[in-house]
Amino acid sequence: MNRTSASWVPWLLLLPALVLLVAFTHYPAVATLWHSVFSTARAGASSVFVGAENYRLLLDDPVFWQALRNNLLFALVTVPAAIVLSIVMALWVHRQVPGRALLRLAYFTPAILPMIAVANIWLFFYTPQYGLIAQVSQAFGWGDHNWLGQPGTALAALMIVTIWKEAGFFMIFYLAALQQISPTLAEAASLEGASRWQFFRRVQWPLLMPTTVFVVINAVINAFRLVDHVVVMTRGGPDNATQLLLYYVYQVAFSFWDTSYAAALTVVLLTLLAIVAFVKFRLLDSRTHYQ
Amino acid sequence: MRRTMLKTFAAGLAAVAMSGLTGSAFAQQKPVELQFYYPVAIGGPVTEIINDLVADFEKDHPNIKVKPVYAGSYQDSVVKALTAAKAGTPPQLAVLAAADVFTLIDEDAVVPIDSIANTPADKQWLDGFYPALMLNSRINGHTWGVPFQRSTIVMYWNKDAFREAGLDPEHAPANWDELVSAAQKLTRRDASGNVTQWGIKVPSVGFAYWLFQAFTTPAGIELMNPAGTKTFLNAPQAVQSLQYWVDLTTRYKVMPTGAIEWGTTPKDFLEKKAAIIYTTTGNLTNIRTNASFPFGVGKMPAKVRGGSPTGGGNFYVFKKSTPEEKQAAMTFIKWATTPERAAQFGIDTGYVAVTPAAWETPAMKQYVQKVPAAAVARDQLSVSVAEFSTHDNQRVTKSLNDAIQAAVTGTKSPKQALDDAQREADRILRPYAR
Repeated sequence: MNRTSASWVPWLLLLPALVLLVAFTHYPAVATLWHSVFSTARAGASSVFVGAENYRLLLDDPVFWQALRNNLLFALVTVPAAIVLSIVMALWVHRQVPGRALLRLAYFTPAILPMIAVANIWLFFYTPQYGLIAQVSQAFGWGDHNWLGQPGTALAALMIVTIWKEAGFFMIFYLAALQQISPTLAEAASLEGASRWQFFRRVQWPLLMPTTVFVVINAVINAFRLVDHVVVMTRGGPDNATQLLLYYVYQVAFSFWDTSYAAALTVVLLTLLAIVAFVKFRLLDSRTHYQ
Repeated sequence: MRRTMLKTFAAGLAAVAMSGLTGSAFAQQKPVELQFYYPVAIGGPVTEIINDLVADFEKDHPNIKVKPVYAGSYQDSVVKALTAAKAGTPPQLAVLAAADVFTLIDEDAVVPIDSIANTPADKQWLDGFYPALMLNSRINGHTWGVPFQRSTIVMYWNKDAFREAGLDPEHAPANWDELVSAAQKLTRRDASGNVTQWGIKVPSVGFAYWLFQAFTTPAGIELMNPAGTKTFLNAPQAVQSLQYWVDLTTRYKVMPTGAIEWGTTPKDFLEKKAAIIYTTTGNLTNIRTNASFPFGVGKMPAKVRGGSPTGGGNFYVFKKSTPEEKQAAMTFIKWATTPERAAQFGIDTGYVAVTPAAWETPAMKQYVQKVPAAAVARDQLSVSVAEFSTHDNQRVTKSLNDAIQAAVTGTKSPKQALDDAQREADRILRPYAR
């Protein structure tokens, strides 16, 4: 094989992945950016270049700011909570406990259920008066609360569903990582007389760091692309209390048919996710020990 | 650019197909094919009912093939139909929300019905529907939609609960004051003060703007002009209506605090957690099948007058269809709204049969004798108003929905909430108000 033929072989091998990447990632991203600087075509008025107008509108849009605030709060609460819970669960089912396989299955179940079904089940849990939570709390004489219907609790109610759902999924990664850790380390630690907490703090936690990085990135991205249970449980209400960015993009694009404004919103969402990716590659990775 | 390419491609394909068929008698026998999008918004086997309807139609009209496509909720359906229209492949025929008519016109997606059906006989047919049901169809001198699965808001009440509370189980509260005093008697608390049965529930998540009209209509105010360019959301009667809705919770304590879900409201009624509910007449068959107690169906209680908004779906014909397809679509629409068909559809689902003639059919007369509640929505039509609908409908509606939810959850006063919604609506409608 001579040099000229060799130079296109790698490109040919890359082609399938390259085509998919361009068609489904790069082209849509660039097209979105392009559309966001034009006005939306309506009957009688075609699309014209408007520069940053859609972004200026965005600055004055209270619903956008509320969605952004809600989303940041959502990520700040659900990500750490889901991670702590998943580690605790993984440590628990990693040990020799009776009914271990059943426990593992139980913890993982939320991850394999379809989101819409899950949201409908939780909708029933939260129903005032005869929902599961209402029945339990009434049995204890705590009264009744309209969890999804009050602006103060609606977002928290959605967060709990997300934590419940994500923790089981992340547990699998932590469980796999724990099983990768050599048992000799545990033996050495017990010879040294280390407590279980010291062993976790000094040995297991640092060795789990690569998994944690992976999980954090995924959890943050999931927090920003959440839409299913908002649709089923609250539709962004009451009064935008559970409005999240992706659901707002959907509303603007397909309910209001303001596609260029939706494109501007999408650019903001993409930028946020790009920042998350940047943080991963630049900050977390450099502090993480890989085996 | 892309559209032209697609068109060229399609034209090429058509040319190939034609050349293969010319000269053969087959070309003329080829049936006209129609795509038909429809939504489902109530409980019950609606998909089956529609499939049967289409099968019956094809038996009568072998030269027309109708392909029914279930498209989700009303909101999903209009998204699907408009997305398809923008991609150049809309259905020829669809049932979509009557309130979405301005959106469909503004997106240039549909044709006026009277541009296809324009004979004197057609005019007579279009005049045969209940006038209230045509309010969301007739715009700028044209008729854009034909009533099909239409509804009004009705009140369902639990007769057992009325009897236990010492109320007359055969009579619904007739006005706002009676509603409050009945609901107060119907609200029951246990020893520790927790409510076991609420007097009334009016849902505020889902179709808040529509339920709001169940208060504003009796209060004597319409929320928009017929041209869909102006709203009157903070008119004194509208503020009074929202105040009354909020008072049911905060002042009279006969309705739970916070937003109430549309989807679980019928269940609350069936579980005896609410003695009175407001919901669509389309839920009649569902409640009739599942209620373990006798119940009544009533009109909206009056303030200065009675009345409810109409709601539900109309037939629309899409612009990007051939003349043959448009004619075939008209054939289907006329067939589906004949008195016998309209009556049968109303009996199967609970929706209001759309023409007075349908109520004169033997099947309907027999049904009303068995289920007198079915006639309540029809009787209410004489005092019904158009469903809230404007240009840029979903966006204006969202600002109204948000305002209602802000008021019922106590974050804003009714006046403040409606002032905000009106300001937002003015801003959105400015381009159309010229």
